[in-house]
Amino acid sequence: MRITFEKRQSLSYQATILAPIASFALALLGGSLLLGLSGANPLATYAAMLDGAFGSWPNFTETLVKAIPLMLTGLAVSIAFRMQFWNIGAEGQLTLGGVAAAWIALFWAGIIPSTLLLPTVILAGIAAGALWAAVPALLKAYLRVDETLTTLMLNYVAILFSQYLFYGPWRDPKGYGFPGTAPFPDAAWLPRLAGRAHLGLVFAIIAAIALWFILKRTRWGFELRIIGENPTAARYLGINIARNIVLALLLSGALSGLAGACEVTGISHRLQQGLSIGYGFTAIIVAWMAQLNPLAVLVVAILMAGLLVGGDQVQIMMHLPAAVGVVLQGMILFPMLAGALFTEYRIKIVREPRRAPTTAPEVEL
Amino acid sequence: MIALITSILAITLRAGTSLIYAAVGEIYAERSGILNLGIEGMMLMGAVTAFAVAFHTGSLLLALLAAVAVGALMAALHAFLTVTMRANQVVSGLSLTLFGTGLSSFLGQRLGPEGGALTGLVGPRIAPIALPILGHIPVLEAVFTQDVLTYAVYLLVPIAWFYLYKTRPGLSLRAVGENPQTADAMGLNVSRVRYAYTILGGALAALGGAHLSLAYTPGWAENITGGRGWIVIALVIFAMWNPARAVLGAVLFGGINAVQFRLQAAGATIPAPFLNMLPYVMTLLVLIVMTWWEALSKRIGAPAALGKAYMREEK
Amino acid sequence: MDQEQAQTSHPILEMHGICKRFPGVVANDHVDLALYPGEVLALLGENGAGKSTLMNILVGLYRPDAGRIAVHGREVAINSPRDAAALGIGMVHQNFCLVEPMTVAENIVLGLSGLPFVPDMDQIARRIRELSAHYSLQVDPKAYIWQLSVGEQQRVEILKQIYRGAEILILDEPTAVLTPQEAQELAAILQRMTAEGKSAIFITHKMEEVMAYSQRVMVLRQGRLVAECATRETSPQELARLMVGREVLFHLKREERQPGEVVLSVRGLEARNEKGLPALRGIDFEIAEGEILGIAGVAGNGQRELAETITGLRRATRGEIRLRGRNVTNLSPLEFIQAGVSHIPEDRVEMGLVGNMAVAENLAMKGYRRSPLASRGVLQPKPMLDFARRMIDAFRIATPSPHTQVKFLSGGNLQKTILAREITACGGLLVAVHPTRGLDVGATEAVRRMLLAERAKGTAILLISEDLEELLAVADRIAVIFEGRIMGILPAAQAGIETLGLLMAGAAGPA
Repeated sequence: MRITFEKRQSLSYQATILAPIASFALALLGGSLLLGLSGANPLATYAAMLDGAFGSWPNFTETLVKAIPLMLTGLAVSIAFRMQFWNIGAEGQLTLGGVAAAWIALFWAGIIPSTLLLPTVILAGIAAGALWAAVPALLKAYLRVDETLTTLMLNYVAILFSQYLFYGPWRDPKGYGFPGTAPFPDAAWLPRLAGRAHLGLVFAIIAAIALWFILKRTRWGFELRIIGENPTAARYLGINIARNIVLALLLSGALSGLAGACEVTGISHRLQQGLSIGYGFTAIIVAWMAQLNPLAVLVVAILMAGLLVGGDQVQIMMHLPAAVGVVLQGMILFPMLAGALFTEYRIKIVREPRRAPTTAPEVEL
Repeated sequence: MIALITSILAITLRAGTSLIYAAVGEIYAERSGILNLGIEGMMLMGAVTAFAVAFHTGSLLLALLAAVAVGALMAALHAFLTVTMRANQVVSGLSLTLFGTGLSSFLGQRLGPEGGALTGLVGPRIAPIALPILGHIPVLEAVFTQDVLTYAVYLLVPIAWFYLYKTRPGLSLRAVGENPQTADAMGLNVSRVRYAYTILGGALAALGGAHLSLAYTPGWAENITGGRGWIVIALVIFAMWNPARAVLGAVLFGGINAVQFRLQAAGATIPAPFLNMLPYVMTLLVLIVMTWWEALSKRIGAPAALGKAYMREEK
Repeated sequence: MDQEQAQTSHPILEMHGICKRFPGVVANDHVDLALYPGEVLALLGENGAGKSTLMNILVGLYRPDAGRIAVHGREVAINSPRDAAALGIGMVHQNFCLVEPMTVAENIVLGLSGLPFVPDMDQIARRIRELSAHYSLQVDPKAYIWQLSVGEQQRVEILKQIYRGAEILILDEPTAVLTPQEAQELAAILQRMTAEGKSAIFITHKMEEVMAYSQRVMVLRQGRLVAECATRETSPQELARLMVGREVLFHLKREERQPGEVVLSVRGLEARNEKGLPALRGIDFEIAEGEILGIAGVAGNGQRELAETITGLRRATRGEIRLRGRNVTNLSPLEFIQAGVSHIPEDRVEMGLVGNMAVAENLAMKGYRRSPLASRGVLQPKPMLDFARRMIDAFRIATPSPHTQVKFLSGGNLQKTILAREITACGGLLVAVHPTRGLDVGATEAVRRMLLAERAKGTAILLISEDLEELLAVADRIAVIFEGRIMGILPAAQAGIETLGLLMAGAAGPA
């Protein structure tokens, strides 16, 4: 008896919608096992997490604070992934976005009129992220160097460079031993909307809608989708693959750079350790779970941020490790990864005759 | 001067040990065609498991076995998702790292005495042992005054090299990673090979983590790996998927990290972060050169089928 | 062993009533095969006739839906390549099963049961050299595969099978990748092998190979066995007829036309194939408005490269392509499209369509750069949908809705989708490559009608096809391509299957 996979004859829409929901449910189940084994009450824990993330307005704004960079980097990663370009360098692109933003804010404040300072700072962050993504994009498009590993390596170059700066030449002499730059001038502070949630939220929402529009309704987005789905056909149709990869990655890096710029101008107001808590990597989970749909990315980002903030809350209230949230995040994708196969294939059990093959009876699942 | 060289050599070897375990494991996994970005998570889980078991049972052997089991289990999940379910290897690996990071942190705060934290505790340690005679030669004593796990590495590397290049199963492994269609046509079981070596990779990564918490640091702290899992990925490329060359890289990468402190004390002026960047930049250059130089990449390149799922079209 | 002796001994291999079906096509329809010891059997047929499928069943890569296989008179079940190897059956595929970064010796013993844990590579190398000398298969066991030429790689493949004890060797289109000298060497190797009592089956679609190498030949057409005879009792012309001839199922009305101005002019065109070997060696022809020029020829003689150079997908190394006088040689695919060239590709699903996208989207893939489908960079959904609906009606594409993903359509409807798009976007020249391959009668008729309709509108059409009946029915003139050269261009009215068959087999003809 053999189990084989056979391509489906029609798309299973139910699978596409149910998959993320079912995966989340399974992750919760897995988490409750862990909690139970460590002596905590799963339901109470989840309730506390829910409350911690969404239970009150201040809690919700904190969730948004963590959601904003996840939204932007999630969008960034999703557009790259659509091109079958495995950009796992969002972390580095975000970091350099923060570095560029800090550079303008700290050293150009005197030269640029204060009304233009913040826009310039943000634009610098966007440009830096875009350029940092352009490097692996060019390497892939023109030299065929595999992007998974190049983007990964460049992450650490960026992070270490940033460290060098705020431990070294940019270090705040009045920092009292706390490594980081001096605080930015007020004119370079990103306005906050509610609690600590800042204007970056608006940027994220606009970016999501723009990305959705580009992909669904513009010529360029059409070309990008074709490249991602079938590069051979793209070439046959006259689409310039190399140039489009680079352009898409510039956009991807720009979004991550924007995330970094918003973090430094909206939250910390300086360049310091802890600019990113792995947003660039969590973004991959976000993008994948959202199935690369820009609008879904917004929702999933809030969910993931909720897990993190809820985890913090649980630590305070129930003395459980905050890492609970991270564990759940890690578990969410396993069922989705396992289940993705079923949107394309169905299982077929073939019973094997012991002698020469005549007709093999089939049982379909 | 001699004392400085000796101490640098000693600490470089100790720092490199965990890297080499994980790198050899990942070389084997990637040689079968599976990219495992979950190494960081597996190393962390190996570290916390080993320390917790050692602390509570007092048995170092049990601790190592537990770590190996945990790493193997995590890698088995990765293999299941990527080989059987044909899921995206990058996403699966990163999920495992996230999961492993979170879970190790969680366990690190709950597996201590009476459900408390493990951080800051002192547990059984694998102490360095000086070998008779060899352990007393100047300079070389650094090589021969190490702990058991490091000594095991001295054996692991040549065995790993020999197995890969000189044995029948090593031949099969290399074929599977280069050309699974051909391997399949020649009667090799591609799935089984990928499962086996991916699980081996996870087990060795966890063993590397165990070295950190039982010998190197020792003890448990969050982020005890400090990103070593990512350095291992770089290391494997730098070693061009050859276990022997991995030693060079591990010593280099591990050494830079461990040694920068001493260099600065001795008056070197290169800022630490730039030294730390070196492994990544060098790996990047290696990647570019390898891809560009076609002849080279046919001989010593990434296994051609790395990262791609394989399915024989069952007809 | 000569023919009579071979015939009177028992067959070493028999296949009875083999049936194999894939979604939408019957690949093998009750096929019988017998192979005698010490003979070379040729399996002849067009692409898609079912030859490779039959052999893949024999080596355990596919499972037949029905039928029996017997080796040495004993019925066997071949469920995997290992089973086939155990029975002494080995195959040299068109795409070699070789691991490039490994040595010849390593490739030969890969996966061999009984290989010791630490293989003695020197001993293996010695054995390989012995076999090498014995069969005149010169190859260095320590060489790496990537260092070898294609011909040498093929020798490694053959050696591999012999080393592993193959008594029956199957070769799939072996000369497709060889130079003439290497092909002669292959003939010598086959002779050595059969002298030793081994047997060989080789799959081909070239009549001259059949005549040169085999003692017996089986002709497959559309999955069925249509003829089986001794090679010396037949001729290339007869084989061509058997391979290709089919009853004319329907008559198409083709009006007489005076061709207009020259649309496409090709002079001295040269190009290389994927492996860097010359594929086009100086092609000259012209096509005028309202004219269909058919290109006849056995697959692998340069048709693919011709279609690709004329659409910008492949670099021409020499020569000139002109569209209405304008030199367009080596422009980008986009420039060709903008110059009005439409292309119905050979690989429908791999190249011409994006499976995961909707029918409407696929239909828009040529026209999306301009209004009304797009305006200032933004796609207009309503005009796109209208356009799609009109195309679906006009070309009778059977699809549940314009939003269905194209991958769910049947073969005929996939082709109609491509045709709809390409014909509508066409600005003067249509390049159609094997447009009716694999289609059923109804779809085939529809496609041919559409081509004639385009011709009536004044479009110049380059029709590349292996189906001689199709060319005779539809084309105005027929050119035969052989080994990258045009052997002759005949008005369709004057061409007959025999003449074309001769030209296709490489004989010189009227210029």
